[in-house]
Amino acid sequence: MQGFIAVYLREMRILKRRFWRQLAGMAVSPLLYLIALGYAMGGAARFDGRSYLEFLIPGLIAMSSMTQSFGIATDINVARFYWYIFEEFQAAPIGNVAYVAGEVLAGMTRALMAIAVILVLSLLFGVRLHYGPWLWLAALLNSFAFAALAVALAMLVKSHADQSMLTSFVITPMAFLGGTFFPVERLPQWAQKMLAVLPLTHASEAIRGAAFGETPGVWPYLILVAVGVAFFVLALGTVNQARD
Amino acid sequence: MIRIENLRKTYGKIQALCGIDLHVPAGELFAYLGPNGAGKTTSIRILTGLTRLSAGAAALNGHDIAAQSTAAKRQCGLVPQHVNLDSELTVGENLDLHGRLFGMPAATRRQRIAELLAYVELGDRVHSLVKQLSGGLKRRVMIARALLHNPRILFLDEPTVGLDPAIRRRIWSLIKQIQQQGTTIFLTTHYIEEAEFLADRVAFLDSGRIVAVDSPTALMAGVGHWAVDWVSDAGLQSAYFPSREAAQAAGAARHNGFTLRRVNLEDAFLTLTGKKVATDANAQTVHGQGHGAHAAATRNPTGGQAKKGH
Repeated sequence: MQGFIAVYLREMRILKRRFWRQLAGMAVSPLLYLIALGYAMGGAARFDGRSYLEFLIPGLIAMSSMTQSFGIATDINVARFYWYIFEEFQAAPIGNVAYVAGEVLAGMTRALMAIAVILVLSLLFGVRLHYGPWLWLAALLNSFAFAALAVALAMLVKSHADQSMLTSFVITPMAFLGGTFFPVERLPQWAQKMLAVLPLTHASEAIRGAAFGETPGVWPYLILVAVGVAFFVLALGTVNQARD
Repeated sequence: MIRIENLRKTYGKIQALCGIDLHVPAGELFAYLGPNGAGKTTSIRILTGLTRLSAGAAALNGHDIAAQSTAAKRQCGLVPQHVNLDSELTVGENLDLHGRLFGMPAATRRQRIAELLAYVELGDRVHSLVKQLSGGLKRRVMIARALLHNPRILFLDEPTVGLDPAIRRRIWSLIKQIQQQGTTIFLTTHYIEEAEFLADRVAFLDSGRIVAVDSPTALMAGVGHWAVDWVSDAGLQSAYFPSREAAQAAGAARHNGFTLRRVNLEDAFLTLTGKKVATDANAQTVHGQGHGAHAAATRNPTGGQAKKGH
């Protein structure tokens, strides 16, 4: 337990030192999407009787919770390849669970901060949605899954450049295709089936449903739990891979 | 106590360690001496849990490093070759993180941090960010951190690499003090003078194999006591003699000048392996501070060091 706290506390101490920079960084992309897509381009568009801004904000919550929790991979890689701090954890008498859980919780904390930033921005744009427990549960499960994936991939890559490539090929396409900016139902059936493989598609569906005050379906939540557990187990296995 | 049996490590087709056998008794200051790439750091990485072994076994105070890795890790502290402090955190926060990772209670942690920072003469830097410290100060913080959880074995991987001679000597003094308190110390170095000054016993490591293990005095005595160096068309040449008189006589027979000096560990390593431990730059440092006090030094055009005998 102390090992887990130590790993998490380290990340939080660093986050505290970078707090305002990090917060500003979290606001830039959502603000640009809100201005360009939500306000300027999507002003007249309506989906299911809702404005595009209302449609977009839950998608941005899903996307930001993914990108910010996955962003922990970059910090882990910098700590591993440039600062060698990862060796301090490897040489300590702590289990892989403590290390992975500490890093995953740090990723989830960053995701929660990013969601809070989007909620503040949505208020500035005059959008009020339902921000009840189902929305938060979906966002937390989404960030848990992607933080666990981040740890797993950060352990597997051999350089920081590999990490950037994974982000380009995995996270960026998912951010645009996972039901964040448009309804997946508008695509052909074969495309919908392909996008159903992406965890973010289910996160967007759950978060948007909860934000619109609808009774949530159980499947998106179960899928996020299953994916999160699978990525967490993968992360536990990959920590040993990093010992060479 | 450290026990290593037939330790092997391979990276693909490359054999980094080719069957190491060692026993380091409790309280000893043991030095691993060898050129870059000999396998020194790989050995330490395996013993401290940073790298997995390919074959063989090792135990720290009776705890097998593979089967009882958590217990084995509690036995040891590590000062790696490169600085691995969190530069965005303060000195105190770095040490606090280490104490938490080793499960130290808060009160003990606070007390040990204060004690150890005072010990390494950094008591006033607890709130300084690590990125504001010089290389020598960072090295001292790393030693304090490695000692925080009271390890019985301390691994020092090239602890003074890149430091200037004055700071190097200060760190040596600190290492000696730590040993006097009963800690077993396993040190890797490619500084000849460091091994000679600090170690109770030295192992010569070459291409993943131990070629000799003994006290520095015994290893040097195996070669001779006095050396004569001279420069020929083939470069710097050396010959070793049991007495100063014999060496002086052999040197006098040469017409192009010579250097008379005491034998050092570099000579023993060279005799056993046919290779030098140190680079020419290191050799210059060693000679400058070492045994060649009877000679006036001049540098030859190839970057090596030649000295004229008086």
